[in-house]
Amino acid sequence: MSEKQIKNYNLNFGPQHPSAHGVLRLVLELDGEVIDRADPHVGLLHRGTEKLIEHKSYAQAMPYFDRLDYVSPQNQEHAFVLATEKLLGIEAPPRGQYIRVLFAEIGRELNHIFTVCAFAMDIGAMTPMLWGFEHREKLMEFCERVSGARMHMAYFRTGGVASDMPDGLADDIDAWCDEFPQMIDDFETLLTENRIFKQRTVDIGGLSAEEAMDWGFSGPNLRACGVPWDIRKAQPYDVYDKMDFDIPVGKTGDCYDRYLVRIAEMRQSLRIIKQCVADMPGGPVKTDNHKITPPSRGDMKQSMESLIHHFKLFTEGYHVPAGDTYTAVEAPKGEFGVYLVSDGSNKPYRCKIRPPGFAHLQALELVSKGHMLADVVANIGALDIVFGEIDR
Amino acid sequence: MSFIYRGIRTFLLAELVSGLSLTLRYMFRPKVTLNYPYEKGYLSPRFRGEHALRRYANGEERCISCKLCEAICPAQAITIEGDVRSDGSRRTTRYDIDMTKCIYCGFCEEACPVDAIVEGPNFEYSTETREELMYDKTKLLANGERWETEIAERLSADAPYR
Repeated sequence: MSEKQIKNYNLNFGPQHPSAHGVLRLVLELDGEVIDRADPHVGLLHRGTEKLIEHKSYAQAMPYFDRLDYVSPQNQEHAFVLATEKLLGIEAPPRGQYIRVLFAEIGRELNHIFTVCAFAMDIGAMTPMLWGFEHREKLMEFCERVSGARMHMAYFRTGGVASDMPDGLADDIDAWCDEFPQMIDDFETLLTENRIFKQRTVDIGGLSAEEAMDWGFSGPNLRACGVPWDIRKAQPYDVYDKMDFDIPVGKTGDCYDRYLVRIAEMRQSLRIIKQCVADMPGGPVKTDNHKITPPSRGDMKQSMESLIHHFKLFTEGYHVPAGDTYTAVEAPKGEFGVYLVSDGSNKPYRCKIRPPGFAHLQALELVSKGHMLADVVANIGALDIVFGEIDR
Repeated sequence: MSFIYRGIRTFLLAELVSGLSLTLRYMFRPKVTLNYPYEKGYLSPRFRGEHALRRYANGEERCISCKLCEAICPAQAITIEGDVRSDGSRRTTRYDIDMTKCIYCGFCEEACPVDAIVEGPNFEYSTETREELMYDKTKLLANGERWETEIAERLSADAPYR
């Protein structure tokens, strides 16, 4: 028989595939069922956020950050308001900072519940998703009570937060913190020791610490490789330096370790939320500099000066001194940075967004090469990729 | 000894059995699913839903055409034209909101100095055509009349925090 040349098989994965976590188009080159090349095509969800922000005042730009990583919108807002505050040289009052940290951690819980459950569903475990969404619903209700929107909160403002927490919310969050560990235990009962789950995740997509750092990893994906890097500890912002929490690290950086790190982070997040609720000081929630934050509605209707401030803020906005800053926060997915250049006007001259997911996605080929086709799905799930922030 | 123990656990499918028994126990717990539309979730006084233009108790419309909402709207969904009315007061002649552009950030409500434009509690206003979502002044004022009781209640509940 004559020899026959066999060509590698090219497979187009997505952009409408349910396990592509949005609109990821992957061009896979398969040698049999083994991945030879994984080429992610991005840009299908591009909305031009960075360019749009250049044409919006600082206050108007803020809601755009909700729509980047829509699984944990609060953390993106946090990065932008911190960057603006840095350029303005102001600081939020303590209560405002505590509320921001509280909701940033709620955002982390929202994200990790979703990621762990969606990851489990990608590789065949349906139940955690159904249970996890009950608690996501509760967290979103907290967000709704404080800001008026379940997801796109638009709650963090330069100089604090939009308005104080309503009465009773802190107690409800505290009560939720007591019931949620049971749910994490249930996730672990279903997944951690489960042989099917372990067969799909252990030693899949393993990375060394060096490789992970070379590829710009951050967040849980980097910590799963054994690097204890967390911006909340390394360069604390707001009141994170007053919080007592640990950084969970993994060893091998495979999908299983990433899952374990996220589970451990959920528990640490709960600790921070509990501390925030317990130590929450009184006082104002936003800075009283009415050149930056609008006066209260009562004032605005009584005093001429406040009314002028109100009109100025809602038409022209505030001017930010010329300068530039790179401000990063530890978003649930990793280092979310905002590089803001101001030319002294009321609009950012340039706003570069550094999404963690982008760096993680580029390593998809590295972690998938040599694995089976089905492991690509596990890798996408464990890398925690959301297209809102990657395509921005 | 631990490897013998682990071996026995593996052989007896211990982790699968404990997982399955957990799901079985969940089966007998009370259901958390809401039977929408007959049951609905909690809505706080701050919820940002469908827009409405309010009137004063004497029937006069509140909006004075100051265009703050138009200026702050990040999505530029609001279009306003104003003029001086025959009685000398300034009112809008056109107040349009493109609900397909709106991102429900609530800035218009925050900006309004006379509490005229508000985002009400209604979130069930889906339509079959795109045109129906281009709200004009008549539609917004009608919304205001329809939801006034709820809106007034919500505003007074949230007033201490504003």
